[in-house]
Amino acid sequence: MTGPNPARNPAPNPGPNPALRIEGVHKSFGRLEVLRGVNLEVAEHEVVCLIGASGSGKSTLLRCINLLEPIDAGQIVVAGQEITAPDADVDAIRRRIGIVFQAFNLFPHMSVLGNITLAPIRVLKRSRADAEVAATALLERFGLADKRGDYPDRLSGGQQQRLAIIRALAMEPDLLLLDEVTSALDPELVAEVLEIIRELAGQGMTMVIATHEMGFARDIADRVCFLDGGAILEEGPPARIFGSPQEPRTRQFLARIVAAGRL
Amino acid sequence: MVVAIVSTVVVFTAIGWVVTHAPGWPLVQRSFFDAEEFRDALPDSIARLRINVQLFVIAEALILVFGLVLAVMRSLPGPVFFPIRLMAVAYVDLFRALPGVLVIFILGFGVPGLRLEGVPKDPFVWAVVALTLTYSAYVSEVYRAGIESVHPSQEAAARSLGLSRFQALRFVIVPQAVRRVIPPLLNDFIGLQKDTVLVSFVGVVEVFRTAQIKQSAHFNFTPYLATALIFIVVTIPLARLTDWLVARDRRSQLRGGVR
Repeated sequence: MTGPNPARNPAPNPGPNPALRIEGVHKSFGRLEVLRGVNLEVAEHEVVCLIGASGSGKSTLLRCINLLEPIDAGQIVVAGQEITAPDADVDAIRRRIGIVFQAFNLFPHMSVLGNITLAPIRVLKRSRADAEVAATALLERFGLADKRGDYPDRLSGGQQQRLAIIRALAMEPDLLLLDEVTSALDPELVAEVLEIIRELAGQGMTMVIATHEMGFARDIADRVCFLDGGAILEEGPPARIFGSPQEPRTRQFLARIVAAGRL
Repeated sequence: MVVAIVSTVVVFTAIGWVVTHAPGWPLVQRSFFDAEEFRDALPDSIARLRINVQLFVIAEALILVFGLVLAVMRSLPGPVFFPIRLMAVAYVDLFRALPGVLVIFILGFGVPGLRLEGVPKDPFVWAVVALTLTYSAYVSEVYRAGIESVHPSQEAAARSLGLSRFQALRFVIVPQAVRRVIPPLLNDFIGLQKDTVLVSFVGVVEVFRTAQIKQSAHFNFTPYLATALIFIVVTIPLARLTDWLVARDRRSQLRGGVR
């Protein structure tokens, strides 16, 4: 096990106004309780990785932060504003929180450029010309400039997921949520997507990342949270979570991962 | 290939021989396939087809818009929009239940009969209205099936970027839905194309009414056959186009895999 990632500062302390504060969040689908009181604070520029078995609530938690799922109890505060308040402007909040999905969810009827510029034009009311200039700059930065006129079904899985990340970045979000973004990819395409996320982390993007890529989580995270049964059972710097986990459930989970050759 | 051609020729020749040598054939031929009547009826009928085409084109444009409005009304989520959804459902139920010809009679005879100021008396106008009201109910259901076939993750992606519910419908869901339902829409329009003859009942002299006038004048059914031929010639290309679009969709789905 390695020590703290030298490329990044030691975990920043969440100040009085953290980028994200989650308190006592509960969420059920029918009789199935998926989240049972989640508490989490994320500081600005911090990268937090959520790990845990399938069904532990990682994806649901991210969807709740983006208000794609209404929560049953608790509160979520983003940059000092309670977004789960009944009178919160949902569209305005979502503008500031980007999310990238496991299945990409690109718009198949729009070109690469159309996918990226839709929200800047329609939501931020940018001119088409401005939005396209900004989109082209992002495409160049992430190596997709030659694809700007193509439709998503012409791209490889890795390119599609990179496009989905660019689409989220085009809204210049304060917080980026990544929901198992490499799980639907062929193994040889995973690296190109992780590379982008690494770059974003290096530039100080605040991110909450649900992932099964333990090696990646160990490298990139300032903090790792182990979810079990709908709550955060254990959290800490990656070196401690992966090196000397305290909870038996965490140890069990990591032992299974190691046995599967994924760490 | 050769076998298919030979066997087809043999079979159809045999059927033709049997039909034309049946005992009642000369009577049938005189009443339905009179060459002179045909030559007389065809040009007039084709000229009158113009009315049907006008009716079809105007009604189709209105139906495409009104049907989509109904479908979107019915797709609006949440309790606030319940009355809107209820209105759309009631409308669709009502106009799918009513026979089209009934609506045409009620509007075509009933409304001009009121002699209201400023209300058009031209039966053509009411024929367009009646067909639009009736067909929009069907077409809205086709649109709705399309809207519901777009995966919810598309709406999630649009909303997560900050698009409002309406913007997500307008820019993400409806464009994909419309693309998917073009073949079934064309199918409905084949029906509409044929149903334009129903308006002859309220006094619009179109292709069918023209044939009817000639039929009763000469007591010969050949003008109807001429009209039938016209509809076959007009409709089959549309049917083939529909088939071709369906086949093309299936091919692109097989090739594209998961979208």
